[in-house]
Amino acid sequence: MNNFFLYSGIFLCLLMALSLYRALVGPTVLDRLIGVNAIGSKTTALLILIGILYERVDMFVDIALAYATLNFIAVLAASRYFQKKKGLYDERQR
Amino acid sequence: MLLSIIGNSIVIILVLVGLLFFAGGAVGILRFPDFYSRLHPAGKLDTMGVSMTMIAMAVYSLLHGFTLTALLTSLKIMLIVVFIFITSPTATHAIVDAGVRAGLAPWAKEDSGEEAP
Amino acid sequence: MKKDQATQRRDDSPRSSPSDDSASRSKHPIVPFILTFGISFATWLVLSGKFDLFHLALGVICCLLVAYFSADLMFYSHRPKGLSGQWFQFVKYVPWLLGQVLIANWHVMKLVFHPNMLEKIDPKIITFRSRLRNDMSLFILANSITLTPGTITVYVNTFGKYTVHVIDRKSGEGLPGEMEKRVAQILEPERYE
Repeated sequence: MNNFFLYSGIFLCLLMALSLYRALVGPTVLDRLIGVNAIGSKTTALLILIGILYERVDMFVDIALAYATLNFIAVLAASRYFQKKKGLYDERQR
Repeated sequence: MLLSIIGNSIVIILVLVGLLFFAGGAVGILRFPDFYSRLHPAGKLDTMGVSMTMIAMAVYSLLHGFTLTALLTSLKIMLIVVFIFITSPTATHAIVDAGVRAGLAPWAKEDSGEEAP
Repeated sequence: MKKDQATQRRDDSPRSSPSDDSASRSKHPIVPFILTFGISFATWLVLSGKFDLFHLALGVICCLLVAYFSADLMFYSHRPKGLSGQWFQFVKYVPWLLGQVLIANWHVMKLVFHPNMLEKIDPKIITFRSRLRNDMSLFILANSITLTPGTITVYVNTFGKYTVHVIDRKSGEGLPGEMEKRVAQILEPERYE
């Protein structure tokens, strides 16, 4: 069972690398924001997996809760900030 | 013994389905043409993946022995699921609102170009 | 916080809403107070995990304060006596919503892994009018639309005008229909009798 969780965690890390591609090359700022948000929600699940692997779920679940909150607030703040700036152009056209 | 086998298989199936949803979200973010349509897999397939995996782990932490700590841990995990179910649409809406206010044009097909606003 | 998010209006919308809110905030009905206290105290118990007298007393004090300040934020109702019926309807609504979310998730999964996906999708922004008037039910319908894959609420105004981004024709077809009816059953059933 531990092996299963270990491989699930590795698979999640691979998926996070895929989302990181969008966060690195996304044409607009909001595309990068989407990539970062996707990485954040995968991290929440990954933290619980790590907790099961180290057999300290009771500790890691608090970290995961804080991380979910932080991810949500970061996305809200960033999108509120960038909608005030009128600089959301498609970066490929420059 | 039988209970643990059934519980473990439920956990494995839920985690696999959750990972499938996660994979759909990641591939969808890469493949879709513009950022409005990228939000569809990003916001919601990820939500589904998180809730599936989290429910699986809540079941798993109960399987090890029905103590008060395990019960509190799985309740906390369910709290994260509820939290994500409420906040994820809000975050998606915030991003799409930022895009609309900044005036990004949605991608549309060429043959139906006149229907696009 | 959540209500503020959902009912945040566009720039051109009327600005009379704060006065409405402050008018309904002056009275403190007892049932929303008790419900808010119960929910926040249950959250306290789950998060703290300590059951000695000191922590329980701290929790009771904090939850009383929170319930006093924000009882009218969570249970936004013009008809306080229908509150328990509302919650029963809401509990019936959640499993239906989860079923819809599962079906629609499967649909988007098929789209994502489809080999020539660019021909299958047809992103479009559509608008429709809803007959709901209550702020809370507008918020629930908007969040339900966003949670159902294939559709994202772009914005809502107080008069029930929804602007929705749909990803293909099939997702947008059933939009104002059954979901609106079920949300209306929760909060304003008199409109659908």
